[in-house]
Amino acid sequence: MSTIIFIENNGTRHETDITDGHSVMEGAIANMVPGIDADCGGACACATCHIYVDEAWMARLPDKTEMEVSLLDFAPHVQDNSRLACQIKVSPELAGMVVHLPEAQH
Amino acid sequence: MSEAATATTLDPARHAYSMPLDQIDVSDPELFRTNSFWPYFERLRREDPVHYTRDSAYGPYWAITKYKDIMQVETSHQVFSSDTGLGGITIQDGNAKLGLPMFIAMDPPKHDIQRKTVSPIVSPENLAKLEGTIRGRVGMILDGLPVNETFDWVERVSIELTTQMLATLFDFPWEDRRKLTRWSDVATAEPGSGIIDSWEQKMAEVKECGDYFARLWNERVNAPPGNDLVSMMAHSDAMRHMSPEEFLGNLLLLIVGGNDTTRNSISGGLLALNENPAEYRKLRDNPELIASMVPEIIRWQTPLAHMRRTAKVDTVLGGKTIKAGDKVVMWYVSGNRDEDAIERPNDFIIDRARPRQHLSFGFGIHRCVGNRLAELQLKIVWEEILKRWPDKQIEVMAEPRRVHSSFVKGYETLPVRIPA
Repeated sequence: MSTIIFIENNGTRHETDITDGHSVMEGAIANMVPGIDADCGGACACATCHIYVDEAWMARLPDKTEMEVSLLDFAPHVQDNSRLACQIKVSPELAGMVVHLPEAQH
Repeated sequence: MSEAATATTLDPARHAYSMPLDQIDVSDPELFRTNSFWPYFERLRREDPVHYTRDSAYGPYWAITKYKDIMQVETSHQVFSSDTGLGGITIQDGNAKLGLPMFIAMDPPKHDIQRKTVSPIVSPENLAKLEGTIRGRVGMILDGLPVNETFDWVERVSIELTTQMLATLFDFPWEDRRKLTRWSDVATAEPGSGIIDSWEQKMAEVKECGDYFARLWNERVNAPPGNDLVSMMAHSDAMRHMSPEEFLGNLLLLIVGGNDTTRNSISGGLLALNENPAEYRKLRDNPELIASMVPEIIRWQTPLAHMRRTAKVDTVLGGKTIKAGDKVVMWYVSGNRDEDAIERPNDFIIDRARPRQHLSFGFGIHRCVGNRLAELQLKIVWEEILKRWPDKQIEVMAEPRRVHSSFVKGYETLPVRIPA
């Protein structure tokens, strides 16, 4: 288990413990964090688990696949630190990571 | 299916399981008009999920019927092309034989650029602005309905609301807005469907649409940029140099995308609730369930039964070898009833745990750009219905008449009555 901190668009903070090896998206769903829709269930086929990763953690994340790049390209309000939560696996290296949620998932 | 005409007079379940597997052709529009296609898909999912149909009115094609195989096609756009030049995105070649380029029927990079030109119209900010407009119109439409008298829900509510919405998005002359409804119906129709009599008639009406919009384009390209779709295209670096064919193709894409689909989900939701009165009661007892009911309606209805791709290279899917050039049809209507992906898939359940996991919007780079607008419209329709009739069930009075199409899965009429 590693701790991941989700901050909703309205500022509500959720400190969650997620099983290592699960994706950040799966962890959010399992912990009932609102604001992650995950319509495709983790297939990297939509962009409804869009998150903003706190800058301090960006360098520890795996590179985006071509598909993740394409899907984020079509999502609204994308920033340099935008990622899809289904593409990030939780590990002890990411313990304490802070992610912010957009206003809505499109 | 060579005996399609007789198939519908037989018990479809018995016929679907007794006919030779290799004869099954799920693309016959008559199966959809008579709502008898279900057991054919059920058999294919069980016995031959990636199924080759040698002979059909649309030529040979692969029927992809399981959720996970459809997802694989959706996410492999390098292998499975949407390009109009290869066949496009409907089982009928050339996008229902329109033969026009449009961004849904393009591959990257051009697809990406054009999609991004129009997508701001359905941005979160724009949807927030549209919400009040939609609510006002829904209210007016519902307040104008007769009570204790049978009327057609499709005509009075579903068509009227989605047509008004579309007219707003295009800033289309209000008094002419039913032209949009007609062009939407014509764009996906084939002769024999009851909408058009010949391909020539179809092309003539499509040309009329093109001429009408060319006038709007010319007005707006010389005016300051506006927030409507025509102005957005006319003032976009990526789209202002489109050929007339490409302009018309993209228009028809937006007209059909914003019209037929939501229309049939508005009708389908009322039908589903009538077929499942316990769910209707659950909804009236707890209107907050609208949030999870809306995606469930869209799954249950699946307003577009399929999308098509063309293989660009030889590839293997579900153990079958698909050759370069083969037509590959993803049957969303089947994947949305796949018991390996969705629990109790044939039941309409308004409080499912994960209702948004359905295929109706597609997935991957071509995922429906207007999905949140569609959901917003459905949400408001049901909020306003429950406000007006919190303890009454709007009753379906007779079987709907269904559209003769294996692409648009919808209703021509749905007779209903609001009890006094």
